[in-house]
Amino acid sequence: MVIFFSITMPDVQVFVNDFVNQLKKRKLEGSQATAKQAAELLRSVISQQRVPHRNPAAALIDAVKAVGEQMIAANPVELAVGNIVRRVLHIIREEDLSLATAAVAGLGVTVTSDDEDDVERDDHPVLSAAAVAAAARSTLRPPSLQTLLEDVPDSAAAPHTASSGGESEGKSKSVEKGSRGRKLKHDVIEAVNELIQDITTCYEQIAEQAIEHIHQNEVILTLGSSKTVLEFLCAAKEKKRSFRVFVAEGAPRYQGHLLAKELAERGLQTTIIADSAVFAMISRVNMVIVGAHSVMANGGVIAPIGLNMVALAAQRHAVPFVVLAGSHKLCPLYPHNPEVLLNELRSPSELLDFGEFSDCMDYASGTGSLHVVNPTFDYVPPNLVSLFITDTGGHNPSYMYRLIADYYSADDLVVKRRPMGS
Amino acid sequence: MGAPKKSSAARVSEDSDELVRVPLQAILLADSFTTKFRPITLERPKVLLPLVNVPMIDYTLTWLESAGVEEVFVFCCAHSKQVISYLEESEWFSQPNFAVTTIESHNSVSAGDALRLIYERNVIHGDFVLISGDTISNMSLTEALREHKERKKKDSNAVMTMVIKRSKPNPAIHQSRLGTDELFVAIDPDTKQLLYYEDKADNSKGILHLEKSLLSDNPSLSLHHDKQDCYIDICSPEVLSLFTDNFDYQHLRRHFVKGLLVDDLMGYKIFVHEIHSDYAARIDNFRSYDTVSKDIIHRWTYPLVPDVMNFGNTATKLERQGMYRASEISQSQSAVIGPFTAIGFGTKIGNHSKILSSVIGEGCNIGSNVHIEGCYIFNHVTIEDGCILRNAIVCDGVTMKSGAVLEPGVILSFKVVVGQEFVVPRYSQVSLLQQPVEEDSDEELEYADSTSAMTSKVDNSDVEDTSQVLDTHFQSSSELGVGGDGYIWSKCEGGHEEEWRHSVAPIPADKISEAMKIMEDELELTHDGSILPPSGELKPDSNDSEDDDNEDSRDDYFEKEVEATFLRAVNENIQEDHLILEVNSLKLSYNKLAADCAGAVFYAMMKYALDSARSSAGSLIQNVKSVLTKWKNVLTPYLTDIDDQIEVILKFEEMCSESVREFAPLFSTILHLMYDEEIVEEDAILRWDDEKRDADESDKVFVNQAQAMIEWLRHAEEEDGDEEEEE
Repeated sequence: MVIFFSITMPDVQVFVNDFVNQLKKRKLEGSQATAKQAAELLRSVISQQRVPHRNPAAALIDAVKAVGEQMIAANPVELAVGNIVRRVLHIIREEDLSLATAAVAGLGVTVTSDDEDDVERDDHPVLSAAAVAAAARSTLRPPSLQTLLEDVPDSAAAPHTASSGGESEGKSKSVEKGSRGRKLKHDVIEAVNELIQDITTCYEQIAEQAIEHIHQNEVILTLGSSKTVLEFLCAAKEKKRSFRVFVAEGAPRYQGHLLAKELAERGLQTTIIADSAVFAMISRVNMVIVGAHSVMANGGVIAPIGLNMVALAAQRHAVPFVVLAGSHKLCPLYPHNPEVLLNELRSPSELLDFGEFSDCMDYASGTGSLHVVNPTFDYVPPNLVSLFITDTGGHNPSYMYRLIADYYSADDLVVKRRPMGS
Repeated sequence: MGAPKKSSAARVSEDSDELVRVPLQAILLADSFTTKFRPITLERPKVLLPLVNVPMIDYTLTWLESAGVEEVFVFCCAHSKQVISYLEESEWFSQPNFAVTTIESHNSVSAGDALRLIYERNVIHGDFVLISGDTISNMSLTEALREHKERKKKDSNAVMTMVIKRSKPNPAIHQSRLGTDELFVAIDPDTKQLLYYEDKADNSKGILHLEKSLLSDNPSLSLHHDKQDCYIDICSPEVLSLFTDNFDYQHLRRHFVKGLLVDDLMGYKIFVHEIHSDYAARIDNFRSYDTVSKDIIHRWTYPLVPDVMNFGNTATKLERQGMYRASEISQSQSAVIGPFTAIGFGTKIGNHSKILSSVIGEGCNIGSNVHIEGCYIFNHVTIEDGCILRNAIVCDGVTMKSGAVLEPGVILSFKVVVGQEFVVPRYSQVSLLQQPVEEDSDEELEYADSTSAMTSKVDNSDVEDTSQVLDTHFQSSSELGVGGDGYIWSKCEGGHEEEWRHSVAPIPADKISEAMKIMEDELELTHDGSILPPSGELKPDSNDSEDDDNEDSRDDYFEKEVEATFLRAVNENIQEDHLILEVNSLKLSYNKLAADCAGAVFYAMMKYALDSARSSAGSLIQNVKSVLTKWKNVLTPYLTDIDDQIEVILKFEEMCSESVREFAPLFSTILHLMYDEEIVEEDAILRWDDEKRDADESDKVFVNQAQAMIEWLRHAEEEDGDEEEEE
């Protein structure tokens, strides 16, 4: 399959290889940048993929899955890549469904009476029925909470697409089919563009809500460094809120130092504390605001090490523990999955210089009894989290699964292409 | 030969077009030009040996690529076909922004030859990284490159930057954890210029010879022996031409680096770049193979670790406690796999088998009740039930029949078969190929001692051949037990002394304690002998003649002998006469003067006084007094001459200023005591004073201390004289 793939799209494959290489060598850092790059890559995959007349959605899904599989395997710990792949797959399915609905609505008669079509698709003898069923399912499908809240009818897009279907009614069927494939591709690319837009603006979207959460003269505690947290705090500062920030330095990488420097440069009253001093300081803190590596379907958080300790301290003193996460960090998987819980163990040299203790690590002379382990992530269970703030607003941990159901379809949880051909 | 040449020629024209920006190039030597990995390297080049299930050259190439190198020339010599075909099958030739070109040679015998050949090809246009294919690193080159370029701009003679890293060698056995010898380097702490490089320091003596000019020419100099050479060099193109100009340069360090350091005509300079948190190490011998493998498993080389570096399709996953497992491993429920272990794709492990801190390759078949500890097992190895393997390297395709045992340090080369219940003894090297009698081209051709060892070995085998000429074949097949196949190589080159140093087996405890003991003895020796100008310190001139050295050491022995004799006399209450006799005989056998004896005996006496003062806590001066009164008769026979007495005073002065500083404040008191006991006469003291009159101020400390007494003596003399005159 890979061979077929590389023949059809050599240009994209180069980019994919490059991206996979970067992921493998751990040269990409930060979920946002990774997510954006993955989405852009998938967009070009889709735009280069030739859509067959039959079942164009399946072809697109296959192409995306093929690339997605490679990208996820390159660094399984960077969950944002998998999230984006699944989001794009979901987009394709949704667009396909909405087109099908439009077709059923506009050309219901032709589909059922089209004998030629049935003969042609002998491998799918009941396709028309299936299409009808799918369309029915889509109309019967309970509208997502999001759409309910936003008061937009689920079939809002239907009249629009139906009109385009109506336009092509007079044309010959083959042209109609080809245009349907093209239309699907066009719609999908539009939707992926929106997704990229969402990822790019997620900082601002989240930061906009800062004013509602941070109040005058409060003390905020954070750990390590997160761009989202930085923007969030600065947004509150810009709105003339005056508050103080404690930054736990985030050993062993000490990215907290950088965050503190940046905050101080923007005029925020900032204090650096050691990670182990968090419990001592927490009683003076009004709110803990942290970033996350990934938010799991059960509302649990994969986050930089040390955060579980902070969450426990916050719970002990009934301090709200707020997690900021862009929607690309929402992962449809549960942390029971060993693949997900798999931690990234980084080089021990972040903890101590190799040369310093080289004599203790001389395993040959029998004195090597020193081991150093440097995991990257902590797991914070959902009951320790008070609130998630995503680009769509604040949510309870128990609501996360619902939010995730809006973004992903259940079919894509495992990104593995079904065996082809035989 | 033709093909790579053509491609490189094409590259030249390409590159000359874009003279503006020279891409960063690298030379990767896919041949170490040594025989440390024999017998394995007879069949496969070292760079293709798996290191935690990935060929070494992949680590090096991955690092070069991620460090921003754009073009690599892989120099292949021994087994060049294997290296080239491996690279062709791998993805390395199809990487964007990373060009890999192979250069093939069949008659290069050293790194020097390789670089000369590359110079002839004219493919290197700017600064390049010189590395051998067995170097593992994750360091960032940017900093080192920047430093190199800046230095180059200021001083066109700065041709090379060597990467070094801190690593403490084991003090007992004088070797680093990588099994290489202790490295002594002298570095200018300000400019980071390398001034001195010595990796073959003579361990037994602990003596380093530095050129006097080294100390006089450089305002400051720091001497390190806790550094490790990473064998990563950033070189300017001049380096290649230097190799061509000096056609006798073979070894990169022993000839090239030392040659540049010694040669002050050309004025080329070498600088060092020290890395701290990054990792870099070269696999030079089996010991470093073991050490680096463990470093990889402990993730010091991140991101060059098995679960991140997925070459091919077999993804490896890291599980709890540092267990790396590839896919499709079938493992019995009762099998135990310990921490810090890597197991390759498709390996089968039987019931009740135990695998501890080992690396197992792909497609191995491990039976039941097998015990594997600290081993490196390559691909497709069959180990039948009940085998025990400890600290061994087992190459591809080996079969171990049931119940066979490998003792620590064993190397089994490709496709060897170990017979049923056969015990392969420690440090054995087993191969299907017979041990080569003659050195082949892959070898460094230089060391006289190795060739002599060879010839003696040849003689031995000749003798054996004549005696067993009839059943040689039978002998060889049964050398590894029933149904076994392979030859156990006999030891050569350094033999048994070296084998534990460079093997994969942990250093046996007795060797360490032995080495510790030797080290302590050495310390004691230097402590005792420190009455001489301490020989362990920097020698002003390395051109000191051998004779001088010998003289010194003979001196040293004489002193020690006299001291021992004296102590025996004290402890066993030997009569003075006998002691004098013994000292006289020593004097004759070492061909010494009376003055030497006086000095030695006096030294022994003072030492004894000091020791007894230490143990009995009595005052030092009291002890000295009692010793002097009791044993002065031993001393007096040697003090007939005034010169001898002066010798004693000088000796005493030396003691006070150097070895036994406790006496320093008491110098004049004891001198007075000696005068009172008539060991030294006033003439001797006065003449000593006269001799010292012209000396440096620093040398006159004790003269000044004794000034009061000297004044008094002079006064008395004058009075005497006056009296005489009056009379």
